[in-house]
Amino acid sequence: MSFLEVTEFLLEGFKISLLIFGVTLVLGAPLGLPIAFGSMSKFKPIKSIFKVFVWIVRGIPLMLQIFIIYYVPGLLFNFQLFGEVDRYFIVEYGIMDAGRILAVLIAFTINYACYFSEIYRGGIESISRGQYEAGFVLGMTKSQVFKKIILKQVIQRIVPPMSNEIITLIKDTALANCIMVCEIIKNAKELAATKAMIWPLFYTGVFYLLFVGILTIVLNKTEKKLSYFRS
Amino acid sequence: MSVLEVRDVKKSFGKTEVLKGVTFSLDEGEVLSIIGSSGSGKTTILRCINQLETADSGYIEVAGEVFFDGKNKKEDSQTKRKKQLNVGLVFQDFHLFPQYNVLDNVTLAPKLLAEEREDFKHNKKQIFAEIEEKAKVLLGKVGLSEKLGNYPCELSGGQKQRVSIARALIMEPKVLFFDEPTSALDPELTGEILKVIKSLAEEKVTMVIVTHEMSFAKAVSSKVIFMDNGVIEEAGTPEEVFDNPKSERTKAFISKFED
Ligand SMILES: Nc1ncnc2c1ncn2[C@@H]1O[C@H](COP(=O)(O)OP(=O)(O)O)[C@@H](O)[C@H]1O
Ligand SMILES: [Mg+2]
Repeated sequence: MSFLEVTEFLLEGFKISLLIFGVTLVLGAPLGLPIAFGSMSKFKPIKSIFKVFVWIVRGIPLMLQIFIIYYVPGLLFNFQLFGEVDRYFIVEYGIMDAGRILAVLIAFTINYACYFSEIYRGGIESISRGQYEAGFVLGMTKSQVFKKIILKQVIQRIVPPMSNEIITLIKDTALANCIMVCEIIKNAKELAATKAMIWPLFYTGVFYLLFVGILTIVLNKTEKKLSYFRS
Repeated sequence: MSVLEVRDVKKSFGKTEVLKGVTFSLDEGEVLSIIGSSGSGKTTILRCINQLETADSGYIEVAGEVFFDGKNKKEDSQTKRKKQLNVGLVFQDFHLFPQYNVLDNVTLAPKLLAEEREDFKHNKKQIFAEIEEKAKVLLGKVGLSEKLGNYPCELSGGQKQRVSIARALIMEPKVLFFDEPTSALDPELTGEILKVIKSLAEEKVTMVIVTHEMSFAKAVSSKVIFMDNGVIEEAGTPEEVFDNPKSERTKAFISKFED
């Protein structure tokens, strides 16, 4: 196999990695908000439920969570949900791995939503009460205070920790190969097994590095753009 | 006509009774100074009137509207907010909105309020232009015409406090409250704030000012209250309270400020 062919094969896998990355970010980031508000709820039972949930999700390895999502429908209901989805997509569309990818997306989205929620919570709680009070005293509604005063300050504060999470996320996508999803490292391992080629495994690092490089530039720009004020 | 009525207001935090029955009233155009040592409850009474705290009992009325009468302790936020438009509060540490420049800090609240006007959709441009014009006039009055585009982090403490005064004034409150407006400032910056408040007093803006600036309080006030340990120990004209205090505690407190 030529260098170019290996690159193409790995790129196929990296597309899956990027898919997991993109979907997790697009779904997990908004999903983190209700979880953050839940875990700040003044109603104790709600707050406890959310806190325990976040504790569990953050407390066990993501790989284990992927296994749980993937296997639990079969164990509980004797129905291989994701296996069926896999089969359906292969038969109908000739698409491989759809069910497995779905399981990974669910696990990743929930996991990252919980991490994001903690970042949001920290950001929201770090805004001084004076900001809320100043808004209230000027006759603003609660939602106006949040949207017009609090939100942007929270965003400014969470961009650095969010950047860290986002960069971790692209590397975490490699975990998908624990249920045989053909992301980039799985493909490289396949080359090692079938063609006795080890170097593609190390070569995958270049893909990650390039992507993280781009991410870093974009995230730093965002951070800069928000640095026009100090709170 | 009294524009502010406070009667027998009590407030405890946990087991500590911070306000033990506070009563006073204020007429339109009057300036009331509240003096007293730290922890005597001055901030708490301002916060109760401005609905940032709910009193335990008593009666509070502003401009004929009942703010608090011991009932309805859990009012819905919309009712509270509507009432709040009658009063304004200037905080000790400004609480400017950091992400907005000086002009936007002042126009934010009136612009949001204008959205509730019936003619907002048709006249949005004009309404906003009027608000901005008004804000510029106010900012000119507090000497900040040059700083409209600056962000709070680019201002001195004194400038920040002047923005926050303009921000409160644009809502045209019936009574404007100040909680130690100069206490967070370097001594050389207090003068500029006191000058602004004095000019407001000359324009007959009704104000309640918690302050440790005794000579300022004496000069600007129509009434002075000395608070001690949750009660009004002494009240009267500035001459009465500062020059002929009846209470020993008042005397002791005031003598600490004479040099
Ligand atoms: N939210 C609160 N919880 C508990 N205690 C409070 C709270 N706010 C004020 N206090 C207490 O009430 C007393 C009066 O406070 P405050 O009204 O701020 O006094 P002042 O403004 O005259 O210095 C102080 O002893 C203070 O510790
Ligand atoms: Mg105080």
